[in-house]
Amino acid sequence: MNWISNYVRPKINSLFSRREVPENLWTKCSECGTMLFHRELADNLMVCTNCDHHMAITPRERFASLFDGGVYTEVKVPAPVTDPLHFKDQKRYPDRMKAAQKSTGEEEAMLVAEGEIGRTPIVAAAQDFSFMGGSMGMYVGNAIIAAAQRAVKLKRPLVLFSAAGGARMQEGILSLMQMPRTTVAVQMLKEAGLPYIVVLTHPTTGGVTASYAMLGDVHIAEPNALICFAGPRVIEQTIREKLPEGFQRAEYLLDHGMLDRVTHRSQMRAELITLTRMLTGLPPEVKGDLPPPSIGPDAETAPELPAAVENAEPAKAGAKTAGDAAAAKPVTAKSAKPAADAKDKGTAK
Amino acid sequence: MQNYLEFEKPLAEIEGKAEELRAMARANSEMDVEKEAAALDAKADKMLRELYAELTPWRKCQVARHPNRPHCMDYVNRLFTDFMPLAGDRNFADDHAVIGGLARLEDRPVMVIGHEKGHDTKTRIERNFGMARPEGYRKAIRLMDLADRFRLPVVTLVDTPGAYPGKGAEERGQSEAIARSTERCLSIGVPLVSVIIGEGGSGGAVAFATADRLVMLEHSIYSVISPEGCASILWKDAEKMREAAEALRLTAQDLKALGVIDRIVKEPVGGAQRARDAAIDAVGRSIVELLEELSGKDGKALRDARRQKFLDMGSKGLAA
Repeated sequence: MNWISNYVRPKINSLFSRREVPENLWTKCSECGTMLFHRELADNLMVCTNCDHHMAITPRERFASLFDGGVYTEVKVPAPVTDPLHFKDQKRYPDRMKAAQKSTGEEEAMLVAEGEIGRTPIVAAAQDFSFMGGSMGMYVGNAIIAAAQRAVKLKRPLVLFSAAGGARMQEGILSLMQMPRTTVAVQMLKEAGLPYIVVLTHPTTGGVTASYAMLGDVHIAEPNALICFAGPRVIEQTIREKLPEGFQRAEYLLDHGMLDRVTHRSQMRAELITLTRMLTGLPPEVKGDLPPPSIGPDAETAPELPAAVENAEPAKAGAKTAGDAAAAKPVTAKSAKPAADAKDKGTAK
Repeated sequence: MQNYLEFEKPLAEIEGKAEELRAMARANSEMDVEKEAAALDAKADKMLRELYAELTPWRKCQVARHPNRPHCMDYVNRLFTDFMPLAGDRNFADDHAVIGGLARLEDRPVMVIGHEKGHDTKTRIERNFGMARPEGYRKAIRLMDLADRFRLPVVTLVDTPGAYPGKGAEERGQSEAIARSTERCLSIGVPLVSVIIGEGGSGGAVAFATADRLVMLEHSIYSVISPEGCASILWKDAEKMREAAEALRLTAQDLKALGVIDRIVKEPVGGAQRARDAAIDAVGRSIVELLEELSGKDGKALRDARRQKFLDMGSKGLAA
């Protein structure tokens, strides 16, 4: 008895108590309420496996699934003045910032990276809704300018994933000034003749929509994303009537001519590759099992690599060889076949 | 009839008493009240000076929204000649919240564009209280293009609570229209001078105020969100608008310190609403001076400098 109560029971208890269930193992879909296992959800790019609801995805998760082999290099963003207005509401702004940095592990609400998608060199920027609602302040402005400058320098397209409640009130007028600042960034791209593709994700609202998010060459949205200038609640209060079903959602905007496409997250990467390659005059993507760029070149893939790694001139040269190779293939196949046929016939005779 | 703001109540009492005395004197010619009335006038004048010498940010918001404050059309009528209004966005409609057209400023042809709030119930409704729809911004874009093609400077007068938050406005692309208007402000190759004459409400204001030179009247405001809106979001209480107005730094004086605006035009004592013509003339002089300063520069130089101004903006915070 002693042995059981003094040794076995504590041992059993400790075994069970040690096996604490880690938090966030399960996520509840905010649309259909289904409990989703974290690994399965992550594998599905944070899209509900039951109802296809697109949940928020962090820039790092997005980049990991976007770039070839999950490999990308972060582009450094110049740090702005912290708390330029010495803003204080119920909390001090620096305290709110620290809390957001602690909970997200990120410095700010936007991440900029360069890398390749389907062997297409691009620069990408993604807004982090979990960081103070993705709000646009000086840092986000700096990030977009840095992204545009990097894209211009490397002569690459810029793909921007927007997600924000709007401007960051704690930076007052300086957050509003990010509207013209980011517009200048977009103009840099346009004048350099580089594609600027905006992927609008849930939610994209306020000053963000009314500046860089609506100035893309191509606008793609994720399904059911809320995209608006004034939020539905503000409008309901102003006009005092109920808004129609699906108002300001991606599909609604598509119907009203504000978007080019609404695309499921699982198809986004493929579409971005197709689009950027066409807009930059590259041949179709070579599909198949190419090794990730981090793996050293072997004899077979060596000619492909310059197109993927270099930029500008070398990229064009690389593209040309790839195109030639693709064009050459059917020709050799055709010429080979009749010969084989003839041979067959010959032997039959 | 003067409209008094809430903080002007004590002033209203004194001015009311003086007026009462004079009315009594008019009714009864034997009464001599002039001395007393003059004393009251002096007292009122002193109080007015004191009140307006140190306006809190929230009081400035109230002054900026004062119904008697001169509005866009008042400026156009007094400062410009040959005003030729040009209407429509060529796509959907003409937005009456935005006026625009060719006009002469001291004989020089310019394009003038602005938000008009209206001055009584009927015109306020017609002007939608100065809240533009996408058509308003698209009209402005069209007029900026026109000015650019014929090498005419652009003058914008900003006075809006914000872009209109309505169903149709959203459906027709309010955000896109604002974004394009801001973009056009940054791309035209002619001088662009903007004056915030009352309220500079968020994106609806940015679409016109992204200028080579931005001027603000002494008691006007320019903000990312209304103090009431900010209070209800961050304080969860719309009644905290005084605190929010303070925190947002939306006054002309704070914005000058932040390097967001270039110049403050002093208002007559008691605000532009008490001496409308004097306020309008002061704004006119500033516009003429700034256009003079910008004249003679070629399109590319103007555009590059304008873009650089915005790229550099805010890099120093309040220390600027």
